[in-house]
Amino acid sequence: MTDLIKHSAASLAAKLAAKEVSAVEVTQAHLDRIAAVDGDAEHGVHAFLHVNTEQALAVAADVDTQRARGGSAAADLHQLAGVPIAVKDLIVTIGQPTTAGSRILQGWHSPYDATVVKKLRAARMPILGKTNLDEFAMGSSTEHSAYGPTRNPWDLDRIPGGSGGGSAAAVAAFEAPLALGTDTGGSIRQPGAVTGTVGVKPTYGGVSRYGAIAMASSLDQIGPVSRTVLDSALLHELIGGHDPHDSTSLTDPSTGLVVAARTGNVKGLRIGVVQELGGEGYQAGVLARFNESLDLLRDAGAQIVEVSCPNFVYALGAYYLIMPSEASSNLAKFDGVRFGLRTLPADGAMTIERVMASTRAAGFGDEVKRRIILGTYALSAGYYDAYYGSAQKVRTLIQRDFDAAFTQADVLISPTAPTTAFKLGEKLDDPLAMYLNDVATIPANMAGVPGLSLPGGLADEDGLPVGIQLLAPAREDARLYRVGAVLEEMLEERWGGPILNKAPELIPTQILEAK
Amino acid sequence: MTDATLSFDVAMEKFDPVLGFEVHVELNTATKMFSSAPNVFGDEPNTNVNEVDLGLPGVLPVVNKKAVESSIKIGLALNCKIAESCTFARKHYFYPDTPKNFQTSQYDDPIAYDGFLDVELSDGSTFRVEIERAHMEEDAGKLTHMGGATGRIQGADFSLVDYNRAGVPLVEIVTKPIEGAGSRAPELAKAYVAAVREIVKNLGVSDAKMERGNVRCDANVSLRPYGQEKFGTRSETKNVNSLRAVENAVRFEIQRHAAVLNSGNTIVQETRHWHEDTKSTTSGRPKSDADDYRYFPEPDLLPILATPAWVESLRAELPEPPATRRKRLQADWGYTDLEFRDVVNAGVMDEIEETVAAGATAAVARKWWMGEIARRAKLADVDPVALGVTPAVVVELDALIRSGAINDKLAREVLDGVLAGEGTPAEVVQTRGLAVVSDDGALQSAIDTALAAQPDVADKIRAGKIQAVGAIVGGVMKVTKGQADAGRVRELILKTLGVEA
Repeated sequence: MTDLIKHSAASLAAKLAAKEVSAVEVTQAHLDRIAAVDGDAEHGVHAFLHVNTEQALAVAADVDTQRARGGSAAADLHQLAGVPIAVKDLIVTIGQPTTAGSRILQGWHSPYDATVVKKLRAARMPILGKTNLDEFAMGSSTEHSAYGPTRNPWDLDRIPGGSGGGSAAAVAAFEAPLALGTDTGGSIRQPGAVTGTVGVKPTYGGVSRYGAIAMASSLDQIGPVSRTVLDSALLHELIGGHDPHDSTSLTDPSTGLVVAARTGNVKGLRIGVVQELGGEGYQAGVLARFNESLDLLRDAGAQIVEVSCPNFVYALGAYYLIMPSEASSNLAKFDGVRFGLRTLPADGAMTIERVMASTRAAGFGDEVKRRIILGTYALSAGYYDAYYGSAQKVRTLIQRDFDAAFTQADVLISPTAPTTAFKLGEKLDDPLAMYLNDVATIPANMAGVPGLSLPGGLADEDGLPVGIQLLAPAREDARLYRVGAVLEEMLEERWGGPILNKAPELIPTQILEAK
Repeated sequence: MTDATLSFDVAMEKFDPVLGFEVHVELNTATKMFSSAPNVFGDEPNTNVNEVDLGLPGVLPVVNKKAVESSIKIGLALNCKIAESCTFARKHYFYPDTPKNFQTSQYDDPIAYDGFLDVELSDGSTFRVEIERAHMEEDAGKLTHMGGATGRIQGADFSLVDYNRAGVPLVEIVTKPIEGAGSRAPELAKAYVAAVREIVKNLGVSDAKMERGNVRCDANVSLRPYGQEKFGTRSETKNVNSLRAVENAVRFEIQRHAAVLNSGNTIVQETRHWHEDTKSTTSGRPKSDADDYRYFPEPDLLPILATPAWVESLRAELPEPPATRRKRLQADWGYTDLEFRDVVNAGVMDEIEETVAAGATAAVARKWWMGEIARRAKLADVDPVALGVTPAVVVELDALIRSGAINDKLAREVLDGVLAGEGTPAEVVQTRGLAVVSDDGALQSAIDTALAAQPDVADKIRAGKIQAVGAIVGGVMKVTKGQADAGRVRELILKTLGVEA
């Protein structure tokens, strides 16, 4: 039965449809795996902040009943019905707590479901639980969670990336075949890279943001986390589409994603290597794997071209003005008045201002406070033009760089992250070093274009996974799957199977004993 | 303790007032500005709210198209240009009536701009007020401060918040500085707000009830010496919520500013609160032009695109402007300026229009609405329209009079019956037995009795002093309790006495 957890979502879906296994068996297998390896704040993977055992099993049982009934009841089931999924705890869910990884939302239950969660429920996918993240998705290591870090299944002393380290680690540790993440500057793709999993940031507006707790509204996007390119396509097609509750959601979203993943082909395709995303600052093992992928694509008939995006060097700086500006505004609502934590001042007058201040002082962690302060400053009268205004101009220049690059190439390619997973605590006291992890992923968010990260093998120097990032023009998400599927297949051949098979076995007894 | 003031006349001799108004109009859309929660006044607190209105984590706004249409209509009615593209912005301040701790508003690109409104003053002149902009935004929740003596936040033990109003669509109409009003400034203030209120009511985009806060006025006042170009420092009196209060608040602020300036001191730029009980303002919070709301474009909303075709289709839906309509009705009815102004001031123009439409002449309609109905309304201390008399009642009363079934005096009694809930005028005539006595036999016997009682008067009439007939008519009316047609009685008396009229 433990074998079940090693299957991809597509494979599980096929087994469920063929009634080789039941949804309850599949769900229970994953719940057992979570119980065995997830541990807690101090031990194990700690990908989950909440495990949704009863509801997940009830949904699975319901799927089994419907399938057993046969006829149209069974035929109406979505192909992912009964395939379990984990949800990043930034996305609101009825019936489970939503914390955003923050103390300020400890114990809060949303009275409404995010649009993507409604879609998971409509497809009858058992939700295994809520996954850990950097507080309000602010970080690249999941160490900024108020509930303790998530650990990388490849090496429990290392970070799983962030902010969506929980979703990536859950999938990498076979605790879930699929997960939802959110990506503001790389929070799906960079954890994917360092955990050897697949993660996709869809075109901005391709997936409804309704119910994803906003960090930076103009950059945030929900997307799939999986172990295969096809699985991400399956989930992406389910969660995508126009939502009348999200004014920024596209009315003509990308289609044909699953077909693209199933019929991958790069013959004659122009794949552009972005000069500015590589070289100095990138680990040698990362660059070696990246170049290897280029060779494979070339062998498969793709035309590798060099493109230059000169303004990408300003992307990180501009991002760290726009993102905190929007975050400072989006996080203003956390004030202890209507929901979540309320902390009273230790002494003195209980005025609304002092209660709000005391709540925010106690409820937010340092990284959140750092970004609120940065953003508040950047939006202040007299500084707005110099900071927020200039950053928006840079954003336009980055969009132009993409436009120009996409006249020369159909898809762009780069390493997803400059390094493999670093040690827990290594960059915690150096925010700038931490921010540099997202240098290759941020441009896509700034321009709203889609990006996919897939495992490109292991770095020679540390044996840890390396991520390859593909970028496509807005609304051309299908190209990512088309190229990603080809590269994935060739890499699996090169490595003798999925990269994750090389991950060391997690030893449940050690985790349980330590716990 | 109220601030020192100069008399209005002295203030006007020394200083030139400059005014400015920000009028907030609550739209009467079915749902809120950015959510699908109902926009209804007076319901149980915190019932007309959903996750968006409460600003719960993860929510996003969606613009109410109807509210945009209403805003465009307001802009058009105020002779504004309509922006082909405009955006929303976030205005940040921490306050518990604002669920997100920012208000979604418009900043540097309002939906309507550069308009004007011609305001009619009591002397018959028209004053043009330039409109700077009209922009869309959302209302805040309503705070109720509990435990204090004054109901104000100072001294309260705690405050309750009702988010039913949070997210109600608002249009804020901002004037350019209004110069040259002189001593007419208080009247202009009242007339301007009344005109805006009338326009939004006429458009059907707002319930326009000031007592409910559907129309709220912030009045800016500053003074400068005559001849000086530069404006003086202004005060902003917030939420002045009746027309009379607008006039009084502007008058008070002019007098207060004048006293401060006259004594060589300077005006503090601040908000002021109007107090109806003392007819004065008190200091609110300092307000500088540099208040930092950290505006930035609302990233959750797309620009509003108002295509010329859409704007023109909305323009085609606009009703006749109130001022145009008044001119037309006055001409149709043939009222003098004075008569018409009295009708407008009494608030019965609509009723007269309906009464005329139902078949009465304009003169008859005015006679009733400005006469007996107005008199009874005054006694009851209500507006004439609130009395409950319908145009149909007036038309029926008039018809009864014209048919001779009742006379004017009886008609007044019939009206009382209608107001007492006794039914239609015809029913009241029936049940109260108020029909004119038209049976000549019955009248003849009353006449004979009256003539016998006053033989000397009868002789005078026979001798040709026909005007003496009134005394006999009076006697007859007394006997018939007024239920006789005085004209017919007179005819019969003269016939009885054999005198030619």
